[in-house]
Parts: sequence; structure tokens; C-alpha cells
Amino acid sequence: MQTVTFAPWNDPNEKPLIRFQNVTKKFGDFTAIGDLSLDIYEKEFFALLGPSGCGKTTMMRMLAGFENPTQGRIELSGQDIVPVPPNKRAVNMMFQSYALFPHLSIWDNIAFGLRRSDMPKNDIVDRVEEMLKLTRLEKFARRKPHQISGGQRQRVALARSLAKAPKLLLLDEPLGALDKKLRQDTQFELMDIQEKTGTTFVIVTHDQEEAMTVASRIAVMDEGRLIQVATPDRIYETPNCVYVADFIGDVNIIEGRATSVGPERYRIDWSDSLPPLTATSATPFSDGQGCHLAIRPEKVSISTERPAEADNAVEGKVLDIAYLGNLSTYHVELPGGTIVKAQTANTRRISRRNISWEDSVWLSWTATAGVLLAE
Amino acid sequence: MMRLSWFNVVSLTLGFAFLYIPMIILVIFSFNESKLVTVWAGFSTKWYGELLQNEAFLSAAWVTLKVAVMSSTLATVLGTMAAHVLVRGGRFMGRTLFSGMIYAPLVMPEVITGLSLLLLFIGIGLDRGVMTVVLAHTTFSMCYVSVVVSSRLVTFDRSLEEAALDLGCSPLDAFRLVTLPIIAPAVISGWLLAFTLSLDDLVIASFTTGPSATTLPIKIFSAVRLGVSPEINALSTLMIGIVTVGVISASLISKQNLIRQRKEERQAVRAQ
Repeated sequence: MQTVTFAPWNDPNEKPLIRFQNVTKKFGDFTAIGDLSLDIYEKEFFALLGPSGCGKTTMMRMLAGFENPTQGRIELSGQDIVPVPPNKRAVNMMFQSYALFPHLSIWDNIAFGLRRSDMPKNDIVDRVEEMLKLTRLEKFARRKPHQISGGQRQRVALARSLAKAPKLLLLDEPLGALDKKLRQDTQFELMDIQEKTGTTFVIVTHDQEEAMTVASRIAVMDEGRLIQVATPDRIYETPNCVYVADFIGDVNIIEGRATSVGPERYRIDWSDSLPPLTATSATPFSDGQGCHLAIRPEKVSISTERPAEADNAVEGKVLDIAYLGNLSTYHVELPGGTIVKAQTANTRRISRRNISWEDSVWLSWTATAGVLLAE
Repeated sequence: MMRLSWFNVVSLTLGFAFLYIPMIILVIFSFNESKLVTVWAGFSTKWYGELLQNEAFLSAAWVTLKVAVMSSTLATVLGTMAAHVLVRGGRFMGRTLFSGMIYAPLVMPEVITGLSLLLLFIGIGLDRGVMTVVLAHTTFSMCYVSVVVSSRLVTFDRSLEEAALDLGCSPLDAFRLVTLPIIAPAVISGWLLAFTLSLDDLVIASFTTGPSATTLPIKIFSAVRLGVSPEINALSTLMIGIVTVGVISASLISKQNLIRQRKEERQAVRAQ
């Protein structure tokens, strides 16, 4: 388990393992990475998250040495690694396609990197056996890559990239090719292995759930820029902009104008016909400033009666119900056409559910439930 | 099984007849007793016996084999290198021009290739013989190798090479230890192609050869001008036999590979 105290990014004396300094990468006229600075610390499980084309893969390929920045500096343990070719870097990568060598056995695949180093033969044997044990592949050592299943191939790729005990392991969409159930199991396995080996992991993914599960910190990227870098819970609970709020998980965004009504407390006028909403915000808003209230569906309660005490309560009509088994999401249309999603856990059997399509319902949430965002 | 209509049967027969009747006649007459090629006088294998006594034919065959092995090996090395640069080199100045220039000899009339090589060899004062034929054959067959190998490299997963670099290989080691073993079948078929091209080339060889190096096609061609002898029929039958055996065994090998691969894939599915 991740210890609560593991937060090197909050310690000003901690030296980062990787430091991007004003890195720009251009492909012709296209700017893949624009003037980006980022610190990643030792033993972190760092996730680069974003839609395809946001530059996350370019970041990883620059760390591996397959691309060089157009401008800026990349440091590994305080040393500029830009002029170092990929085969001389203490960085290994696990490829999205796994890139297992089809003509070599699993054993030889794992030993491949070790044989390129000056490690004595006996030590290589020991190290490969250790890796096979770590990834539970002992039985398959003599097979060729096409003779094992997808999940096993994924573990071979991991074992091969970990064999040289790199300072930094890069994982490019490592679980993309696995089905959902296997992916979830493998996520925990990855975390376990990261814990055991103490290696710093940088993972590239477009799957926000995956990033949330495995990472100690997440960098949300868009169009070659970092939008927010924070721990998963901060990213989810306090996104710094509508883009992050919308990209991570499900969210209701209500647009309005803020007016201060007390310390860190704002009234939001958002509709001509409906009463204003109340929300708290640590970031100050000037009176009349445009704002977006981002509120997660699971923080919105749904009831048939008007709740007695609620900071915010609105009435609407059930438009749609998405039944997910453990959860149900209600799409409620408010007068004026705004649709707000409310999610509840299905703790009772479906036959006992008392809300149905076209029903008139009340939605309510507290003043602290949402996040007030400027843009 | 689909029943063939009379139209299919006729077109099939015509097609195969067109392709194989000349060869069948050649094979039949190679076993002819008579010295006259067009008159059948009974079955005999005596021309095969005489062929083995014919020093001129045997030495021509030996020259042809030497030339074919040397030129196809050289062409395979050069063609593979060219293919690797053109597919992997990314966008460098004049890449399109280079790839166009590699493939141009494919469509260049052989007479022109032969003539230009002849002029070159005379120009640099190279004595014509086995060496010049080898160089000439390398020149025109390396583009075939390059085509075969680059079509394999295009579908080659680039990340395999990157993985090798990432694990500590120099670019040369990555090619030697990862790329080459994987593309080996394409390289081998490129070699075979170059080998057969060299084996039956007449035009370019006759331009670039000297008196010391008469290849089999040249020998046959000049012998035929003095009249077709049953001996040549016998020789041609042997060549047909060799080529047939080669082609059939090559396809058997690749078919066996395919069967083995399917079997292993089934095993992998079961392992899941």
C-alpha cells in the first residue's frame, strides 16, 4: 500500500529523478510539446494522462531517447540526458505492442538486455530466474512469444524491461491490449511489482480509471501542455479547470455568475426562472464573474420529496435511467432544459426502486459538494 | 467441390497447353534415339551420357553456378542494406529520388543495362571475365532483392528495433540480433530470386563476359545457332528438373512453416 507520508513533491529539499526544463518538441510545424516543465520523483508511479495526440507519448519517447527535444533540457538524476543515445540510458521501456522478439524464447527475451551488459553469465541466469518468478512465468520460460496468451505476453514485456533494474521504467499503454477483467487484476499486479522493486514508473495512458488506480500522481495533458499535475484524489475532487473535471470521470457543469455572500461562499445565478445555487470556493471570484459549477453525479442526491434542509435543491423530471448493476445514473431534466445527472448506489433490489421514467423528482447537494471553476 | 463448366475446362486446358506443350516436347525429344531432333526413333538416355562427357558444357555450368552464387550473395547484402535505409531512414534529402533510382533497373531494358556496363568496364579497364559478369548480375538483381526485403520491412514492427536499442543494443547489433533473424525468410527468398535471375540471364552476360567465362545460357544459345542437338534438349530437361525440384521444395518448406505456426497458435489459444 502507498504510505500516507509518500509525497516527495511536497518536500522542497527532495531532488527530482527526472526534470523536464522548458522542453519544446516540434515535428515540422506541429508543436507536440510546448515549453513544458515537470519534475518526477524517485519511487513515484507517475501517470501521463490525456487524449490521443496530446503529447504524452512524445514525452515518454523523449525519456527513452527515441526523440530529442527541439528546445530545453531533460535531466535524469541531475544529468542532462538529451545527448545520450537510448542504448546508453538507465531507462527501460515497456512497449504498447510489447515488442517481444518473436524468434527468441521467453527466457532469452528476458535475458536479452542483460546479455548486452557486462554481467557475468551466472548472474544473468539468476536474474532471469528472479524475473520469471516475480512475474509468475516460470512454466513458460522455454516457449516462444506466440505460444503464450496476451496476459502472459504483457508480463514477459514487463519482466524484460525490469531485468536490467533501470532507474526509470516507462510503460506505454501497458494494459491497452487486455480485456477489462484482466486489466484490473494486472493494475494491482503492476502496483505490487513497483512496490517490490522500488523502481520509478512513468505510465502513459488514455484510460483515466487506470491512471487513478495505479498512479501516485497524474499529469493531465492536452495539446502538448500540462493542464494539472496532482494526486488522483486532488485531480478528481479539485480539478483546476473544466477540461480536467470533464476528462476525469462523469461531471455536471452548470454555468452561471458568482456573487460573494460570505467568506468563501458564493451565490450562483444560473437560470432566469430557477432559484440561485450556493457553493463554496477557496479561489476568489469577483461579483458577477462568469463561473462553472462542476459537480459529480454521485454527490447529487435524488428524492421524491423536497429535502427539508439542503443548500441546493431543484425539481425536475426523470428523462433516462442508466442501470449499471451496482449503480444507477438518473438523467433529470430541469425546467429550462438543463440536464443534471445524479448517481445512487443500488442498495435495494430493482423491484423496490421507487423512481421511474417521467417521475417528478428533487435533486439536492451541499454547498461544498461541487467545485467552482473560472474556465 | 464446384463442378467445372465446359467453358472452364476448355480455358484451363488451353492455358496449360499453351504453357507446357513446348516444354513437354523438349523433354520427350531429349530421350530420342535419333540425332535428328524432329524425328522420333525410339527411347534412349544416351544424350544424357554424352552430355556428361561434354567438357565445354560442364565448364559452362560450373561458371554459371559460380557467377550465380557470388552475384546473388553480393546482391542480397547490398539490396538488404538499401531496403533498410529506404524503409527505416526516415525522410532525408532526396529519399524519393533514391528509391526511384533503386527500382529503375527493374524496368530498364536489359540491352541498355548490358551495354552501359560494358562501356563502364572498358572505360575503367577491367578485363572481362567471371568478375565482370558477377558485378553485372549483382547490379541488376540487387533491386529485386531490395523490393522483396523492403516489402517485408514495411510491415515490420518498428518497436522491435526500438526495444533492442532500449535494452542496450547498438544500432548495428539491433539489426544483426533482431531485425535480420526476423526478416530472414524475405532475405532468403530475395537471394533465391537473384540466384535464378543470374542463372538464366543471357543478354547482360553476353555483353559483359569475356572468352574465359562462358555461362550456360550463352553456351546453349551459341550451340543452338549451329542447330539444335538432342544434347541441348537433355541439358534443358535437367535444368527444368532442377528448377522444379527447387520451387516445389521451397513451397513445401513455407507450407510446413505455416502449418507449424497454426499449430503453435492453437496451443497459445489453449494456454489462455
